[in-house]
Amino acid sequence: MSVIELEHASKTYPGGVRALWDATLTIGPGELVAVCGPSGSGKSTMLHLMGTLDRPSEGRVRLLGHDTAALSDRRLSAVRANWIGFVFQQFFLTAHLTAAENVATRLLYLGVPARRRIMAAHEALERVGLGDRLTHRPHELSGGERQRVAIARALVARPVVLFADEPTGNLDTASGAGIVDILWKLHEEGTTVVVITHNTDLAEALPRRVDVLDGRLQ
Amino acid sequence: MIPEPARLSAWDLVAVGLAGLRARRGRAVLSALGVAIGIASMVAVMGISTVSGAGLQEQLARVGTNVLTVAPGHSINGKEASLPLESVARVSHIPGVVGATAIAYVKGATARRTKLIDPAVTNGVGVAAVRLDLLATLKGTVRSGTFLNPATARYPAVVLGTYAADRFGIDRPGRQIYIAGRWMTVIGILDPLPLAPDLDNAALVGWPYAEKELGFDGHPTIVYERSTDDRVTTIAKALAATANPEHPDQVQVSRPSDALTAELAARAAFNGLFLGLGAVALLVGGIGIANVMVISVLERRQEIGLRRSLGATRGQIRLQFVVEAVALSLCGGVTGTIVGLAASLLFALAQGWPLALPAQVITLGVTAAVLVGIVSGLYPARRAAALTPTEALATG
Repeated sequence: MSVIELEHASKTYPGGVRALWDATLTIGPGELVAVCGPSGSGKSTMLHLMGTLDRPSEGRVRLLGHDTAALSDRRLSAVRANWIGFVFQQFFLTAHLTAAENVATRLLYLGVPARRRIMAAHEALERVGLGDRLTHRPHELSGGERQRVAIARALVARPVVLFADEPTGNLDTASGAGIVDILWKLHEEGTTVVVITHNTDLAEALPRRVDVLDGRLQ
Repeated sequence: MIPEPARLSAWDLVAVGLAGLRARRGRAVLSALGVAIGIASMVAVMGISTVSGAGLQEQLARVGTNVLTVAPGHSINGKEASLPLESVARVSHIPGVVGATAIAYVKGATARRTKLIDPAVTNGVGVAAVRLDLLATLKGTVRSGTFLNPATARYPAVVLGTYAADRFGIDRPGRQIYIAGRWMTVIGILDPLPLAPDLDNAALVGWPYAEKELGFDGHPTIVYERSTDDRVTTIAKALAATANPEHPDQVQVSRPSDALTAELAARAAFNGLFLGLGAVALLVGGIGIANVMVISVLERRQEIGLRRSLGATRGQIRLQFVVEAVALSLCGGVTGTIVGLAASLLFALAQGWPLALPAQVITLGVTAAVLVGIVSGLYPARRAAALTPTEALATG
């Protein structure tokens, strides 16, 4: 069964801006896909639809075969908690929490007890090579390390699919390469990974590339 | 299967709410301060009213409400009337009367600390002739020394009311003061007389001595009468005619405990005013919290977006902000309650009143804080929950 299925999905924002037009796309389990396009192309809208942060205006978006339009806001929250991991360009780490606490927050909304949250967070940080940074706060970490904390946070709940929105956008080349390595590693371990980027070099290097331009899939 | 949202444990909810406050400590302290001031003033007012009310009521219970006084009014031609010589004896024969006594101010007599002080400077201290059963009827007590007895009532001996003693700077018997042109020995000082506050500022001399040596005519100025509780109303009606059968219209009958009762009532009204002010302070504090939380929601859109992307439901976001507001308000409320209680206990100590810890005031203070927190947190929390994940993430 496909992990994500877009079927003639369109998104029109209030005011008539059509950000995505008739997109059809299927992503299977374990794929590593790049969604590539310049800014304003509609790739962020695709991320929102695939990540259940938003629903399509027309067409269908299915996650593991379930139509997201049929689910309540509450259920969609649970879908995100259980199945989806996000990595954002701006990291979105909480400044006064340690790396482990930031990662553990991901498990809060899965109802995992506090002690198991921290244990799982340690494990996830070790997977991304930050086993020695557990009690560091974000401002004590480099940009690449912060993004790795964010990846650990996305991974810790063992999601079905991981979305990375411009994961290397705020990083220097070396740190960016490190992040891409981690994404490859996750792919090899069987995780479905979708990378949203405007960086064609990054997209070119991934096994599958989907181009978006002016709201249409190319 | 589509998963169900997980429930957050109470512990996790509190932890998330407190984490929000920990990140902005200065602001949390300032906004809690508003609530603290409101609660502190309300708790202090109610606490002080509790202890002082207890003090007054204790006094009232001790002296009783069954004493009536008879005083001369004014005659038709405007001259001050006087009570007949035998009025005390007649009053004491009314059925139900358990005790009757009288005092009389000695006209023209002054009390001075020494002969050298100008007679015009009386300090408001009057000279009164008293009967020996005065203390028994008014339930008065002696602070130091003794009251007059049949022997000393015939000699130049004087008992001072509590304020009169203070005015003369006398705190124990044995000294002499200059009364109506002669030296008299202070043999005792009284405690305050709640039913006859005028006597607190008087020098009391024996009735026979005043008649014999001070040119006193024997007409009582005020007759005090104590009866059984159930007869007070009946006796009040009969009192004027009994004390002065010829001119019952020239007699004023009053109940001195009414003044104490009125004071209790007046205090309650006064407290109402201050409670109202405290409530206004609390309201302002609550609005302050709401304000700070609204700003906080604006600033923390990204955090809200992140939490939504991590799987928080709208309800969980709403709850997080309400918990945060309640925690804020509760911090202020607990601080305010402690400060308010300390103030009222200190006040009670200073006044020598019984220390009463008003449990219902504490409960009220804490409950009010929680309510203020919930009410002021609801609107910001709704705004936070209304943000869609994409709106929240799009900012910044």
